[in-house]
Amino acid sequence: MIAELGAFALLLAFVLSLAQFGLSAAGRIRRDAGLRGAGEGASVGAFIASATAFFALMYAFVTSDFSVSNVAANSHSDQPLLYRVAATWGSHEGSMLLWCMALSGFGMAVAVFGKGLPTTLKPLVLASQGALGGLFMAYTAFASNPFVRLATPPVEGAALNPILQDPFMAIHPPFLYTGYVGFSVVFSFAVAALIEGRVDAAWARWVRPWTLAAWSFLTVGITLGSFWAYYELGWGGWWFWDPVENASFMPWLAGTALLHSAIVTEKRGALPGWTVFLALTAFTFSMLGAFLVRSGVLTSVHAFAVDPTRGVLLLTILGIAAGSGFALFAWRAPSLKAGGLFAPISREGALVVNNLFLAGALATVALGTLYPLIRQAMTGEAISVGAPFFALTFGPLMALCLLVLPFGPLLSWKRGDLLGAAQRLFVAAGASLLVGLAWLLVVQPGKGFSAIGVVLGIWLVVGSLTELFVRARVGVVGSGEAWRRLTNLPRGTWGMTLAHIGLGVFVLGAVVETSGRIEAAQALTVGQSLQVGAYTLTLKGVEAVQGPNYTADRGTLLVTGPHGPGGAMTPERRFYPVNRQATSQVAIDAKGPSDLYVVLGEQRTGGQPSWLIRAYWNPWARLIFGGPLLMALGGLISLSDRRLRIAAGARARARLAGEVAA
Amino acid sequence: MVAIAAPVLALAAGLSLYAMGDAAVFFYSPAQAAEKHVPAGRTIRLGGLVETGSVSKAADGTVSFGVTDKKASDKVVFKGDLPDLFREGQGVVAQGAFDGAGVFVAREVLAKHDEKYMPKEVADALKKSGEWRGAGSESSTR
Repeated sequence: MIAELGAFALLLAFVLSLAQFGLSAAGRIRRDAGLRGAGEGASVGAFIASATAFFALMYAFVTSDFSVSNVAANSHSDQPLLYRVAATWGSHEGSMLLWCMALSGFGMAVAVFGKGLPTTLKPLVLASQGALGGLFMAYTAFASNPFVRLATPPVEGAALNPILQDPFMAIHPPFLYTGYVGFSVVFSFAVAALIEGRVDAAWARWVRPWTLAAWSFLTVGITLGSFWAYYELGWGGWWFWDPVENASFMPWLAGTALLHSAIVTEKRGALPGWTVFLALTAFTFSMLGAFLVRSGVLTSVHAFAVDPTRGVLLLTILGIAAGSGFALFAWRAPSLKAGGLFAPISREGALVVNNLFLAGALATVALGTLYPLIRQAMTGEAISVGAPFFALTFGPLMALCLLVLPFGPLLSWKRGDLLGAAQRLFVAAGASLLVGLAWLLVVQPGKGFSAIGVVLGIWLVVGSLTELFVRARVGVVGSGEAWRRLTNLPRGTWGMTLAHIGLGVFVLGAVVETSGRIEAAQALTVGQSLQVGAYTLTLKGVEAVQGPNYTADRGTLLVTGPHGPGGAMTPERRFYPVNRQATSQVAIDAKGPSDLYVVLGEQRTGGQPSWLIRAYWNPWARLIFGGPLLMALGGLISLSDRRLRIAAGARARARLAGEVAA
Repeated sequence: MVAIAAPVLALAAGLSLYAMGDAAVFFYSPAQAAEKHVPAGRTIRLGGLVETGSVSKAADGTVSFGVTDKKASDKVVFKGDLPDLFREGQGVVAQGAFDGAGVFVAREVLAKHDEKYMPKEVADALKKSGEWRGAGSESSTR
């Protein structure tokens, strides 16, 4: 019964999305407040309906209703509650439903929170959002319906893939999807602005909070996914330049570029066309990601449904949405008023440089991800483009981008003082070069690339702090006064600094972990030990344990470090009988920012029983995940800046219009 | 603007072209590899099904197994830990190179998450060799 309610609610959400599109568009054309209000009402209704559908599916999963095909294929009554809930979005159909709910949720958010938006722009945003919602809901309802019943329900379900039965995996898709779909609002704002033929400072100010929110969620989602890969796949790696990872990274890069170019448009009224282009691009890459991941065109270390029909449909949706967006852009962009010229040495100049590097990096990632597909379609030859390509292309571009980054915030608008900025960055440059030299000579002699990475990381962290200190006049005024100034800095400044520091922290972690990782593997019998870095691991025993829906061998290893014996680590090798699949449960012991990482391998038969133990020393691995979380936190702090409130745009409009004209 | 944009774009394009030449790795099934006369030492991806009964593990941790597309098969050796999903009769992709004796020395072995899942290239290769039996699974991940 609940499943039928869900199926009905999904169809209702589809109809209401179309109504949202039609009513809002009509309200704009006829300048009719009643129609506009009805469009807003439809957007609220569409969200309520799609949320009802989503929770109906969740109910079917929680209650293990195996008469629903999707539940039977992806759940099992032995699964713990958390994974029955998470299985809701663990399948193709369920994740598309989550996507639809997020899409209509953002539409409703615009309707509810966008009180300060002009009555000309707002209905167009809602109309575009409704059209996007209609497209994806039609797909979900008619080609990928999660509520399809089975004529003869099985007694038991096929269970969720064990590798997904993990707390981080369970929570990471909602973050990722909120991020992906958050860019739809920005896309809709771009469409509305192009129809209106007006991209100004106020528009940029409305777009920024949505971009920040989407970007922050996407950052968290990618980080959680990366952390999951790090400990669940048991390879010790955290980023594989896998096409599926790239699919989430490309909208992130586009969103990061947009975040910065929107500032230029907001403060200087410049780059309107480019900012709109990026706004269209970010969501286009989100949709491309959904297509790549969900259509099965990719061979990936991650596995996905192979269904050509769905792929074609998703590609069609992508073509319709992105095609009309960019066609509108081609038609209307020439009429956008170009901003005034500006000096290359200025804040806006630095932001343009940032955008060039990010766009270049995005282009190389897109090329590396899509080239194998295009080539296979053209020649029939299958190739794969792996990490070396990205290391050679993305690496240098990003390194240069990071090198110029600390200069940006120190340059003033319109006319910056490069020499002054360089003088202020003297400490950062000195500190990072000194550490880099020490690195090259003492810590990892002869490892040039890792030394460069460490220099860049410290340069970013200290350089970002420099800006904060300069603004608070630390060292110039008394410490009490400096503290007062620091705490009075706008949240936007704190957010930016935190995000830049987070980037530096990430770079440090990524470089040190990659260059300093120590790996050891050995078959151990009980009592034998294995040396990894400064630690000795002694196998105390392996026992059988019973989980809720799995059986496991649990190894107990005693850790002896430089400071004597420490605790025990208990890696597991789990076997899920329903799926007939084994997974490794890695044991991780955090030593400050570094990880001791142990995997229990197969039992070796013959002679005395032994187990293959793989151990890694991953120096500073925590920073790889902590850095991006700092970035996301920075984004959220910026979002809480009063100046970025949506209504602030209306007040700012008049003031900024005057400024830009002057 | 142009003065900044041109070198960045040129750098991106140049790096991409340079890297693509080295980093693109071809995927072959055993029959295709034989047909193309892949030279020893060139890195490729070899994909197919793990031959039933072919997996053997040596004392030093080296694993050897056969990969087949039902038309031809190759012997693969790999020193390291196999993925959890590696199983006889299932799809597998190995990255590495042939040695002088025609044995494929794998540096990396990828097996897929789902026992119902078949790597796309393997499916394509099996279709080409007429050994395709049914589609992949409905269930998906991530």
